[in-house]
Amino acid sequence: MTDLRDLYQEVILDHNKSPHNFREMPDATRLALGNNPLCGDKLKLYVKIEGERIADVAFQGSGCAISKASASIMTDAVKGKSLAEAEALYGKFHDLLTGPPDVKADGAGLGKLAVFSGVREFPVRVKCATLAWHTLESALKNSHEVVKTE
Amino acid sequence: MSAVTKVTNEAQAGPYDVERLRAEFPILSRSVHGKPLVYLDNANTTQKPRVVIDAIRRYYEQENANIHRGTHWLSEKATEAYEGGRAKVARFLGAASPKEIVFTRGTTEAINLVASGFAGDFLEAGDEVLITGLEHHSNIVPWQLACERTGAKLVVVPITDEGEVPVEEFEKRLTPRTKIAAVSHVSNALGTVNPVKTFIALAHARNVPVLVDGAQAAPHIPIDVVKLGCDFYAISGHKMYGPTGIGALYGTEEWLERLPPYQGGGDMISSVTFEKTTYNVLPWKFEAGTANIAGGIGFGVAADWLSGVGLAAVAAHEHDLLVHGTKRLSAIPGLTIVGRAKEKAAVISFVLENVHPHDIGTILDREGIAIRTGHHCAQPVMDRFGLPATARASFGLYNTRAEVDALEAAIEKVREVFG
Repeated sequence: MTDLRDLYQEVILDHNKSPHNFREMPDATRLALGNNPLCGDKLKLYVKIEGERIADVAFQGSGCAISKASASIMTDAVKGKSLAEAEALYGKFHDLLTGPPDVKADGAGLGKLAVFSGVREFPVRVKCATLAWHTLESALKNSHEVVKTE
Repeated sequence: MSAVTKVTNEAQAGPYDVERLRAEFPILSRSVHGKPLVYLDNANTTQKPRVVIDAIRRYYEQENANIHRGTHWLSEKATEAYEGGRAKVARFLGAASPKEIVFTRGTTEAINLVASGFAGDFLEAGDEVLITGLEHHSNIVPWQLACERTGAKLVVVPITDEGEVPVEEFEKRLTPRTKIAAVSHVSNALGTVNPVKTFIALAHARNVPVLVDGAQAAPHIPIDVVKLGCDFYAISGHKMYGPTGIGALYGTEEWLERLPPYQGGGDMISSVTFEKTTYNVLPWKFEAGTANIAGGIGFGVAADWLSGVGLAAVAAHEHDLLVHGTKRLSAIPGLTIVGRAKEKAAVISFVLENVHPHDIGTILDREGIAIRTGHHCAQPVMDRFGLPATARASFGLYNTRAEVDALEAAIEKVREVFG
């Protein structure tokens, strides 16, 4: 059970149950779709960009606890950030997820996103945690393709 | 020792001895995440008994050579073993002759072979191809490709809330434009057993040939293609306790003669000049290139082994697991079983309130229990029930009631984690 609790930390379960920024955004300036066909995760991400900043971000869709909580916590984390800051945060988050499983993850500078440190012990779940971020990347590039993580 | 290794082609005498069968599968004694492996992903692929593993090893260690073209002793041995595999598969299906068995990479390739042949020679714009709403992607997409090439139309028989294909709905959609019907014998996503014999009789009454996707039926119920009367029957070795990368298409001699070759290359020809090529006779006309020789040998051994255990006995044992599992899982609060056909193979597809199937899969895995989660390559079935995915436990001949109980306990653990 211990390693399961590393994955399904309370914060993750809470965000899964009551996700933040889980809504439509009629005045979004960017929209991207994320799709994880293997799991059946589907994500619609809305972003409102003002100048070089992410003024608002929200999502809708269905997915597993990891993908939903990740989307929820991501929206909290990148709201108000500059595009460059969001990009840098994704880099750090990615390192957190894909680091060696036997090395304790360093969540420094990641704030609440550090709750995903347990994911590195579950390699098949990494794509669940990154789906929202891939989708954000696509929204920021304003490409219209559907993002797939397989 | 002789009592253990003696496997005949007759149904096993005495009570079904699941422990004896389990002992034949080396992998079943291993543990996963420190727990004994409980393998409930048999609709995805089955484990392999020692006789199959040994046959493949023996081929590579003792008889490896290319087939059909060598004059040397090893080639003769390899050819004999490979063609012996074909004869075993023919016997398993009740085919009249081994020449009605084409080796393919699996069910998917078998269906593609027929769909591609139909697109080439038999389908025209305005024609119809009839399938059901239960099909696996492998019995949808090849026909969509064939329809795209020819302008034919794909017609789908809808399924009920129980996950059944009503006979009258099937019959209604057989029209003068229907050129072929392609139906699954057993649904991989829900376990529904289709009344294929009735479908075939109805289709034949209108001169419509029928392809049966038997990937999920062959490991679970006795098959006799002659009694069924189907024109084509497709199966996969790896779902029948045999190796991956090998499967078979049964086709009546008449249809296989009419179908054009699928791929060109070596072995499928009898003579080649730049002006004209004459194709090989059945079944080799459809087998271009060096075959999966070890696969064909292993497949034959698996088919014989399965017949030795006895499909009727297997069906009875698995039905007991289905009944037990359905009862135990139905009692779990918030759990809904998807697919409640009256005739059902040992597949339990389910969803749990407020928990995504993927999370169920991860937690069960940590308990040593392997199930499949997702859309099971049957997205239209998921859409029909308005679900992105389900969790699916599928049973094989070596599963036990104790394993069903372990599944139930692990699902309780999922509920605990998700509060």
